[in-house]
Amino acid sequence: MPEAKEIILKLRGLEVHFPIRKGVFKRVAAHVKAVDGIDLDVYRGETLGLVGESGCGKTTLGKSILQLVKATSGEIFYDDRTKERDLNKLDHKEMMEVRKKLQIVFQDPHSSLNPAFTVFQALEDPLKIYGIKSKQERRKIIGDLLVSVNMRREQMDLYPHEFSGGQRQRIGIARALSIEPDLIVCDEAVSALDVSIQAQVLKLLKDIKVKRNLTYLFITHDLSVVEYISDRVAVMYLGKIVELADVEDLYAQTMHPYTKALLSAIPVADLDKKSKRIILQGDVPSPVNPPSGCPFHPRCSQCQEICKTDIPPLTRYETNGNEHYSACHFAEQQLEK
Amino acid sequence: MKDEVIISVKNLKTFFYTNNKCNKAVNGVSFDVKKGKTLCIVGESGCGKSVTASSIMQLLPKLSRIESGEITYHSDDGDIRIDKLARNGKKMRSLRGSDIAMIFQDPMTSLNPVYSIGFQIGENLKYHTDFSRSKIKDKSINLLKEMGIPLPEQRVKEYPHQFSGGMRQRAMIAMAMSCDPKVLIADEPTTALDVTIQAQIFELMDTLKSEFNTAIMLITHDMGVVTELADDVVVMYMGNIVETGTVGDVLRTPSHPYTKALLQSIPILGRGKNQEIEPIRGTTPDPYKRPEGCQFMPRCDFADDTCLSMPDESKLSSTHSVRCWHPLEV
Repeated sequence: MPEAKEIILKLRGLEVHFPIRKGVFKRVAAHVKAVDGIDLDVYRGETLGLVGESGCGKTTLGKSILQLVKATSGEIFYDDRTKERDLNKLDHKEMMEVRKKLQIVFQDPHSSLNPAFTVFQALEDPLKIYGIKSKQERRKIIGDLLVSVNMRREQMDLYPHEFSGGQRQRIGIARALSIEPDLIVCDEAVSALDVSIQAQVLKLLKDIKVKRNLTYLFITHDLSVVEYISDRVAVMYLGKIVELADVEDLYAQTMHPYTKALLSAIPVADLDKKSKRIILQGDVPSPVNPPSGCPFHPRCSQCQEICKTDIPPLTRYETNGNEHYSACHFAEQQLEK
Repeated sequence: MKDEVIISVKNLKTFFYTNNKCNKAVNGVSFDVKKGKTLCIVGESGCGKSVTASSIMQLLPKLSRIESGEITYHSDDGDIRIDKLARNGKKMRSLRGSDIAMIFQDPMTSLNPVYSIGFQIGENLKYHTDFSRSKIKDKSINLLKEMGIPLPEQRVKEYPHQFSGGMRQRAMIAMAMSCDPKVLIADEPTTALDVTIQAQIFELMDTLKSEFNTAIMLITHDMGVVTELADDVVVMYMGNIVETGTVGDVLRTPSHPYTKALLQSIPILGRGKNQEIEPIRGTTPDPYKRPEGCQFMPRCDFADDTCLSMPDESKLSSTHSVRCWHPLEV
């Protein structure tokens, strides 16, 4: 963790709603509230893990930061150390400038590389756009990049089908690194990989982060991976952040019943740690019409009257002297149990 | 309770033939599935675990065949050699779905989108029982209810796209359980599901095991799932079983270098961010260019010249055996 906490990315009231259109005139019938009011600070040099079940809006959040999905409302401030800018308000030209600093690694290494391009062709475009004119130089840079992700320089003239899944994911990482970004959004970057390969990529990501002084927003559904790689973890449920804390505190002093259930549901590969699963009833509600009050209340075992009517705000608490946010009316009581 | 073996597989070899090349997907695999126990088969993608399951169900694709070996189903009225049955013969079809049932990995693609859930569950009962139409309907509703699907009377008429992922998987299990099978083969049943839904499915499988004494063969790549559910474990690598034993044998005292490496390469929940994970170097070899001898040799730290020939299975205890020239000290 960096000593002085410098904020690199600040989200304020971010909302991404997708309209559902119906009928002949394509009238907007309802909205899918994929991201529904998120406030979040990302500090420079940290890895912020973002976890949640499928459909909770974690990928949409990642994409909206890079402006791959336009936010409905709210602000995304990115601080590149010279000035702070709201990404939602930038025009195309300014965005080009900022995009250099923000990159993404996608989930599926098989579909995120164009099969008709060699690795060199796939990786040279960003370099061209950002002003490296000579081909010689581009080849050198890309060669260095491949070496830095533990691949061989000669491999740059091969096509994606000639690589295994782990290698393709490393090419994806190399592509994200090519124009020296500050912040990388890793969207389920290791989920599609086999376990032995997953470890290689995780280690690589950890090494690169230290070497290049990067900040990660690490989106995943796998809590064991998050624990390994993150400094802080944010848990999302139905478009909202329900808990945000330092990784140790989140696991040791959970302050939201959803996080508790999530943690207990994970099969742990440790025979001495077999614990009782908390079985949640039912499925995640539809983000089209989320339940009233606390979004988690229909599945929560400790649901009270207040939970059905009032939305609990994300409130700041402290555990072990670190900030710990939880959106539960009974957050402090969670600690006692 | 004595461990009663219900399916025994001996020296099974299943090969695939494409473009004049032969992929020895399963190359000599032996294990037993016991009544009321869960056998977990773990391994990475391409190690042959799903092919083993398809071999038992005789659901292999056209360009593949069981080359040699025995698959014996110890039914109540005598032993049946599954490998000797015709793939689509009467006998095999009467076993498939009634005595031996399978849950597939992806509930999105393994249900037929144009038939209602009720029809798809009922189909199994129609062929394997002499129930009347109304009885089939009642039984389908009951099955859905047992699987914890709310409003089963209404749900039974709905189509797969109206179900969520977890509910589809539960409908699949309902289908598999409809004829009270003796053996349930689950091929990565929860890989496509969220953890909270996964926990629900596991709870369900545990009940099946304890209430109906069903033998479960669970195929997975997740060591966590193994720890939670397994009684016995089979670890596969490139078409061979490298290690078998009870869950304690394999997880506490892994003696094959691959098992050990696999266990060290996964982050474990609750060990914090400073835990060491050791990736296994290299990648799994191309199945058409297999290394000679022990398949794990190119990635193994303990390999030497003896590893150029395939080691035999050696017993470490009555339950624990390993296929390695240099098993690790237990």
